[in-house]
Amino acid sequence: MAGHNSKPFVFSRNVDDYFIGVAKAARFAGRFFREAFKSPFHLREIINQCYEVGLRSLPLITLTGFITGMVFTKQSRPSLESFGATSWLPSLISIAVVRALGSLVTALICSGKVGSSIGAELGSMRVTEQIDAMEVSAINPFKYLVVTRVWATTITIPVLALYCSFVGLLGSYVNVNAHEATSFIGFFEHGFESITFLDLFTSVIKSIFFGFTIGVVGCYKGFYASQGTQGVGKAANQAVVVSMFLVFIEEVVIVQISNWFRYF
Amino acid sequence: MVTKDEHIVSSTEKVISIRDLYKSFGSLHVLRGIDLDVYRGENVVVLGRSGTGKSVLIKLLVGLLTPDKGMVNVLGQEVPLLKGKELDALRLKIGFSFQNSALYDSMNVRQNLEFPLVMNFKNLSRKEIDQRVHEVLESVGLRDKINQLPSDLSGGQRKRIGIARTLILKPEIMLYDEPTSGLDPITSIEINELINEVQKEYKTSSIIITHDLTCAKTTGNRVAMLLDGKFLKVGSFEEVFRVDDERVRNFYNYNFIQ
Repeated sequence: MAGHNSKPFVFSRNVDDYFIGVAKAARFAGRFFREAFKSPFHLREIINQCYEVGLRSLPLITLTGFITGMVFTKQSRPSLESFGATSWLPSLISIAVVRALGSLVTALICSGKVGSSIGAELGSMRVTEQIDAMEVSAINPFKYLVVTRVWATTITIPVLALYCSFVGLLGSYVNVNAHEATSFIGFFEHGFESITFLDLFTSVIKSIFFGFTIGVVGCYKGFYASQGTQGVGKAANQAVVVSMFLVFIEEVVIVQISNWFRYF
Repeated sequence: MVTKDEHIVSSTEKVISIRDLYKSFGSLHVLRGIDLDVYRGENVVVLGRSGTGKSVLIKLLVGLLTPDKGMVNVLGQEVPLLKGKELDALRLKIGFSFQNSALYDSMNVRQNLEFPLVMNFKNLSRKEIDQRVHEVLESVGLRDKINQLPSDLSGGQRKRIGIARTLILKPEIMLYDEPTSGLDPITSIEINELINEVQKEYKTSSIIITHDLTCAKTTGNRVAMLLDGKFLKVGSFEEVFRVDDERVRNFYNYNFIQ
């Protein structure tokens, strides 16, 4: 309603709204840090949410991780075969899975499953005034709903990412074993020889960032949902889209930084 | 059945005092200079059409919204100036019954009722919590629904549980947002009786937001008619509807026909 409003837009309505949204999201994340380390910590609710996040995503992560490892091995085999280097498969797959695929696949699945679920749950609570009901009962809804969920995703997603990497390697082993007589121990010994501490460390750090992002974006979109049931759907949808987008950006930035350390 | 006349209202002690209150949302001016006093023990009904700012008014009283201008004094404290623990302490003395009950979907009735207690009074024993839960369920007449989920309750039962959840904190002031909306006439009468019982048993002072004239007549010691962002008249039900104003007459006739 630019015409009726005395305040003109700096750029245009959409551009202004975008920057206002970014500033509000940054303030929301800042509020998390201010409140996350102050009591009450609602430990029981954090554990409950960790359980929810883990349980909700585990079957899909198992299936996707396993298939990713198996298919990636199957697709890499012809190229390596042409060089007569199929014995490098365990190393190649381990590096790919641990450095990138495990954490990325987990983050994308969790963006879809956990991010949308948090966005829809908090969005529904907002439009049905349940969040207001908490506030008027002298309960801090940010602390109880947001801080606990962001802690849960930040803690659980790195664990799920490590699990996804392990399952991915299992899938790879199944494919390798189908073509060559390779022992389980031999495959993993060969694979882990190529993995360094920096690979594992970067993978975990990356997953912590992914988990934090998925939690904050899901909560932010849900916490500020409006316009009834339509707003709930919008919050869930935007939680997925925005968190996936940010996960890819973080992936690029963190890989770049870890490569500086690797070749330092 | 408890009627409003059985309850003694203090004519001197103000629990809510509102002066020259303004609230806008962008170019929409909702409240344009509201003045209202609520005395200890009385039920004041705020009547008005949908979208006239009735709910905004009670949200300003608990600090869910902040006024653009004016004074909002509740139990001797200026609400817009309160923050953090001071605001929480005041909110514990105010019960807010939401239009759609706002029960927590993921919790059953017992957990809904316990939640404000457990979160605010960490030192209460299990026995004390159970006792308070049963006490408020008894007050609203739904003791047998203790383990049910909100989705299994009817509209009237949800309203009652919503009221019970506020009563568990033993508030001094009750704010009811459209307590009878969406209910059939018989259930509405039950809710009106419950509002009167709460006033008597818990000695609460209340603001009841409604556009239901039966609710207004049954529960209100005084009625305030909100029109165009201002109170046209504050007084008894009969005084308000004696006002020579077409909008008031239309309001009365519409409710009567309905």
